[in-house]
Amino acid sequence: MAPDQQLDVGEPLVRVEDLTIRFPGGRAGFWGQTELEVHAVDGISFEIAPGETLGLVGESGSGKTTTGRAVLRRAPIRSGRIHFGGRDITDLAGKAKRALSRHMQLIFQDPYASLNPRMRILDLVAEPLIVHGLAENREEAVEEVKELLRRVGLPPNAFERFPHAFSGGQRQRVVIARALALKPQFIVADEPVSALDVSIRAQVVNLLQDLQGEFGLTYLFIAHDLSVVQHVSDRIAIMYAGKLIEIGPANRIYRRPKHPYTEALLSAVPVPDPAVQRRRKRIVYKDEPPNPIFPPKGCRFAKRCPLVSLQCKNVEPPLEAKSPGHFAACWHKH
Amino acid sequence: MTGKLLEIDGLEVHFTTRRGVVRAVRGVSLSIGKGEALGLVGESGSGKSVTAQAAMGLVHAPGEIVGGDIRWKGKSLLGPRGQALSRKIRGRKVSIVFQDAMTSLNPLFTCGQQIAEVLRHHMGMNRKQARARALELLELVDISAPQQRLDQFPFEMSGGMRQRVMIAMALTCEPELLIADEPTTALDVNIQAQILELLQDLQQRLGLSIIMITHDLGVVAGICDRVAVMYGGRIVEQARVDEIFARPGHPYTMGLLRSTPRIDGGDERMTSIAGSPPDLLVPQSGCAFAERCPVAQNECATDIRLKEISEHRQVACHFPFEGPWSRNAREAGGRDGA
Repeated sequence: MAPDQQLDVGEPLVRVEDLTIRFPGGRAGFWGQTELEVHAVDGISFEIAPGETLGLVGESGSGKTTTGRAVLRRAPIRSGRIHFGGRDITDLAGKAKRALSRHMQLIFQDPYASLNPRMRILDLVAEPLIVHGLAENREEAVEEVKELLRRVGLPPNAFERFPHAFSGGQRQRVVIARALALKPQFIVADEPVSALDVSIRAQVVNLLQDLQGEFGLTYLFIAHDLSVVQHVSDRIAIMYAGKLIEIGPANRIYRRPKHPYTEALLSAVPVPDPAVQRRRKRIVYKDEPPNPIFPPKGCRFAKRCPLVSLQCKNVEPPLEAKSPGHFAACWHKH
Repeated sequence: MTGKLLEIDGLEVHFTTRRGVVRAVRGVSLSIGKGEALGLVGESGSGKSVTAQAAMGLVHAPGEIVGGDIRWKGKSLLGPRGQALSRKIRGRKVSIVFQDAMTSLNPLFTCGQQIAEVLRHHMGMNRKQARARALELLELVDISAPQQRLDQFPFEMSGGMRQRVMIAMALTCEPELLIADEPTTALDVNIQAQILELLQDLQQRLGLSIIMITHDLGVVAGICDRVAVMYGGRIVEQARVDEIFARPGHPYTMGLLRSTPRIDGGDERMTSIAGSPPDLLVPQSGCAFAERCPVAQNECATDIRLKEISEHRQVACHFPFEGPWSRNAREAGGRDGA
């Protein structure tokens, strides 16, 4: 599937417009009269086509997890719109909002923390079915749960056991089975393999890809490990300090990055090959990311950027097309 | 033995738990020379960290060193006779940097105080000397605004800076050997690269030997001279870094290399190793990797020791691979991975 074609074809499954998220950031000033805000996500827009995997990359604090949660309506949205399947879901509340989770699910990083140790696998996987009224009780859900566990490659007797009996990789399979129970169209996977060992990581990534083919799933794949993201994604979006700075087809981002930050990021990823690794040169950028409470007025990467000019410091570069389907926010790279 | 700083010989470490005895390290032997960088690679539970902790004398109850020897420049550090030497060496000539700097630093003291404490205790410096030396050390690890960092608490710093403070602290007594236990795992890619460059730079400037414990083959490729791969409490392969990446001998090493995605690779399907790591509670007979191994045969049920297959190259496998390999398991032979 060519991702750039996908974008033109019909309606995207997910469309995010000008999403802004702020969190309270304490108080300042005389008697604390000024309320400070953390600019977690600042005016980002992107689309995800049905059946596509969009990789979302950024360092810690860049707002990638917050964005993923906002798409699922699990973060407070300051402004902007979120559309899902052609419907504006930004203002849904109550029952309508709860019904959303039948179509969109979340997988977390830590399979140890996301499974209740006191619940059997059967109860864990059956819970969403019961909550959404697809099964009266867990006895009714047994067959369904067994089928789900088989799909994710767990032994048939797994359903009667507790999470402690499983390794990290197997637990992540349980988490995936639970996310699939409601047959969602869209899954946000937040660092789903970061906590797993190398050999197990490949198993889970392959499982996610198989399930995508089987159920026609659409993924938002959030990770900081660029090699895994590069591998699973059709397109990649890169965030820096709450801004979307580059988005485009995965192979083009890797071969021709159009933002100095992306370029530096790619050069820092170690390659498991001594000959290549010794030849590679890392693009150095020093300093720290900007303070999210007082973001700079120009480009947020300006302070650390090798190409910086006066324009960068004063005017924020817009996200513009550098080649078809490939967008970046930089004044200087073309 | 000449020229070897640290030698670990047939080390066995057991942990007694309610469910039985966990045999975490099962006869590990390795050595490191002056100025060398050794990579110790393995998954969680392979025994790599426990091996390092044993070398630092940090194995405490319920853990116990039940066999083998650890020698510093030929002299044993174990047992009652080794104790005096052990106190002199460990923390001074050998120091360790842990993965999580936030939990390793005391949150109630400033970084300056924590570095100075080591200097005053180990080097007998007074407060003023210690502070001056602490500043030098922070400069050595290339931290930004070192003067201010002295009076900052760990929570005021970013993860990368904290890791630099940890390294500075490890360098206080001018060690000859630095053990880095997953020093970059919790860090962002860019910070990881910075820390690795720092370690490499220190190695060259101070003639430091480094044992780098990691699960990331990319990290090893960048900075190590020699690599030991651990699985199920044993070393399954040991060779020079170029050799191991160009011609992995053990099927597990091959599996690890194949399942590590490369950023410069294509988007073919990832190759995984079937199954999961062994349960260390179960006494092992034969090759620990046999049940996951694609080329396992009947002989694999019999015990296998690390044996030399060529110079500087040891593999613990009845049927080691030879010659070039391909990332793609389905196309046998084919492209050279190197």
